[in-house]
Amino acid sequence: MSLLSVENLRVTYPTRQGPSEVVRGVSFNLGRERLGIVGESGSGKSQTGRAILGLTPAPGLATADRLEFDGIDLRQADARQWRSLRGRRMSMVMQDPKFSLNPVMPVGKQLMETLRTHGAPRSEAKNRALEMLEAVQIRDPERVFRAYPHELSGGMGQRAMIAMMLVSAPDLLIADEPTSALDVTIQIEVLRILDKLVSERGMGLIFISHDLRLVSSFCDRVLVMYAGQVVEELQASDLHNARHPYTQGLLNCLPKIDGDQRPLPTLNRDEAWTK
Amino acid sequence: MTGTEMSEKTMTDTVLSVENLEVTFRAGLEEVRAVRGVSFTVGRGESYGIVGESGSGKSTVLRAICGLAPTSGGRIVLDGAPIPAPRDAAFYRRVQMVFQDPYASLHPRHTIDSVLSEPLAIQGFDRREERIEQALEEVGLGKGFRFRYPHQLSGGQRQRVAVARALILEPEVILLDEPTSALDASIQAEVLNLLDRLRAERGLTYILVSHDLAVVSHMCERLLVMQHGQAVEELTRGALRARQAQTDYTKTLLKASEGYSAEVPA
Amino acid sequence: MSALTHTEPRGTRAWLLSDHPTSRRQARLGQSYRTWLALRGNWLAMVGLAIVLALVLVAIFAPWLAPYNPILGQDLNTARLLPPLSPGHLLGTDDLARDILSRLIYGTRLTLMVVALVAVIATPIGLLVGTTAGYFGGWVDTVLMRFTDVVLAFPRLILALAFVAALGPGIENAIIAIAITSWPPYARLARAETLTIRDSDFIAATRLQGASSVRIIWKHVVPLCMSSVIVRVTLDMAGIILTAAGLGFLGLGAQPPQPEWGAMIAGGRRFLIDQWWVATMPGIAIFIVSLGFNLLGDGLRDVLDPKGRK
Repeated sequence: MSLLSVENLRVTYPTRQGPSEVVRGVSFNLGRERLGIVGESGSGKSQTGRAILGLTPAPGLATADRLEFDGIDLRQADARQWRSLRGRRMSMVMQDPKFSLNPVMPVGKQLMETLRTHGAPRSEAKNRALEMLEAVQIRDPERVFRAYPHELSGGMGQRAMIAMMLVSAPDLLIADEPTSALDVTIQIEVLRILDKLVSERGMGLIFISHDLRLVSSFCDRVLVMYAGQVVEELQASDLHNARHPYTQGLLNCLPKIDGDQRPLPTLNRDEAWTK
Repeated sequence: MTGTEMSEKTMTDTVLSVENLEVTFRAGLEEVRAVRGVSFTVGRGESYGIVGESGSGKSTVLRAICGLAPTSGGRIVLDGAPIPAPRDAAFYRRVQMVFQDPYASLHPRHTIDSVLSEPLAIQGFDRREERIEQALEEVGLGKGFRFRYPHQLSGGQRQRVAVARALILEPEVILLDEPTSALDASIQAEVLNLLDRLRAERGLTYILVSHDLAVVSHMCERLLVMQHGQAVEELTRGALRARQAQTDYTKTLLKASEGYSAEVPA
Repeated sequence: MSALTHTEPRGTRAWLLSDHPTSRRQARLGQSYRTWLALRGNWLAMVGLAIVLALVLVAIFAPWLAPYNPILGQDLNTARLLPPLSPGHLLGTDDLARDILSRLIYGTRLTLMVVALVAVIATPIGLLVGTTAGYFGGWVDTVLMRFTDVVLAFPRLILALAFVAALGPGIENAIIAIAITSWPPYARLARAETLTIRDSDFIAATRLQGASSVRIIWKHVVPLCMSSVIVRVTLDMAGIILTAAGLGFLGLGAQPPQPEWGAMIAGGRRFLIDQWWVATMPGIAIFIVSLGFNLLGDGLRDVLDPKGRK
């Protein structure tokens, strides 16, 4: 049975020129696997992720024929149900940890708070929090525990964010460009942690990114989005066999260390893709 | 024409050299040595890359060259003469820069027209109308964009305007600070092609800073790898492609740029 | 081109809103038109704008609008302290048998003069001090901002009082006193804005074209600080009018028989219990105009302030 099933998801924003659809009928099923959603800016990939968590910012409106998480119909969920789901069973990691961590509270305290709402006593909460920080490869967990988010570097902050996720051990994690602000070497480490969560805890991961190459090397399955629609769904290993001209174009226009193609092929957008 | 063979032969004609550059920032009592004794030379018409992760000091080197960061030691020599501090107007006619974030590098209340006419006015150029239209044409925007405001342009178009602004003073050296890292992949290809073409047409010299080895390998004949403010090693494009990195750090970078691999074999 | 002729009835509008302006003028007008459209959507701001415009029009056409001479009274025996809605005196008369409506109408000129002169004197000083301090930083910043702090440390009315006491009472001196005491907040605001702009890439890019500091401040920094300062000045107008009225009330601003609203309230104070309208009518006028400036300022903030928009 799939962990999450999405059918005909649509996100609409009202504008002066009438409603504008930024996600136009996205459907997919997610098991306990790594699913990549790739697209360029404005493709609706982030909006898709937010809509699943019911976080479509106002005045946007998300509708779907089916939006089920582990048998729960998310479309009918009320505020109480969302509270019990978000953070505990489904979580989100954003691109910039500075926006997702409380800036006036030390990291450790934020971790403990999450643990305490799950009913852990104080002393145990602290030990668990330190364990989590260690689990995400933070070398000096005591220091990070006491640090405020602004005192952490990008990679540290991102790892602290993931530690927060670990604390609640969600069944579903939506990671929106979690590594785009990080250096390549740190990026790999963070991905490794995410990978472990999927393989060891059986978590479902939706990995949203603009980086086709990274997604294809990290995920099991890839959805390619263009103008609010999924134009192609592929096994990551099959990426070089992509059929849709957009996917092919995205792959080809990347410069390669070994390639010496000059000029680089560019992407010619086709009106027909948006139909 | 690919620059590879050309520059490796004509290395003797150095246009810019950086010798033992030191940049130190002071914030209260703390001192941050952002660049520690970096040296390199760039040949005329060459494209030279600087690669590193955040905090490696790669952008600071560029900012030091053009006078936006204070140098605390070493020399920067342009065409055999140390460049004056503070930089004079004549220097900026020869060296220009393109910034990383096209959303931050254009004044939000100025039209493209005033963005492009300002350098001409400052430097006292003639035939301004003509030059503006020509510059827009050259970066593939055309006259229709001349009187638009930045918020009416996409990221790629803004970056083209930034390139046009750098070109309009007809400089010899252009410093490119992550010129495509804020752009989508397909737009990145267009901007890289544009930069490539302009260099070939005008015989420009580039110093390109990037975190992306693939971009640097595509654009540059030689590159310098930096870490923690120091130069780690200098490679030619050929050596990079042959994976002939000497240091562990460069090897790690090369490995990481291939994408994710499940586990490093112990 | 055919598209343009096609939409002839709305030609001007289309021309203004075009995404492809073909001249400097069109670009600039289009930008102003967009701002206007945004402002027009806010009905409270439009109410404020209407009040401010009405103030300007009344001030211009005062001689035609006012039914009586504002300074010379009527017959002291028959027309003294007439209540509102008396025949010929819509808002009544004061103790010198002067028509209150006429005095209020002429008073708009004084109010407008105060507002305009204070804005013209205080805004440039504030902008200049703030942007200079913010742009250069270091000791320039320290010196300028400590001086600003010193001025800021005095309560405005008290400092204005001291100035007027030194310069002598009168509306001109009151204006100078208010202007001198009202620039520090603009300086602080402009400095804060400048600090966020100073290190941005577009300023760096301008520096790399060889632009002088004066040019950068004037052409790049000031236009960006301008909108928030304009908003602040508009919001402060109410306070300025009140300060001017306060000085008038204390007898240090406009001198009798000038129909200044604050002085009018002071004059009517003695009759407040029995002839309430003498002091109340100018009070209502001050209230309405202050409200107008506040509403307009709030609307302008929504439209102009870049931070509010995103």
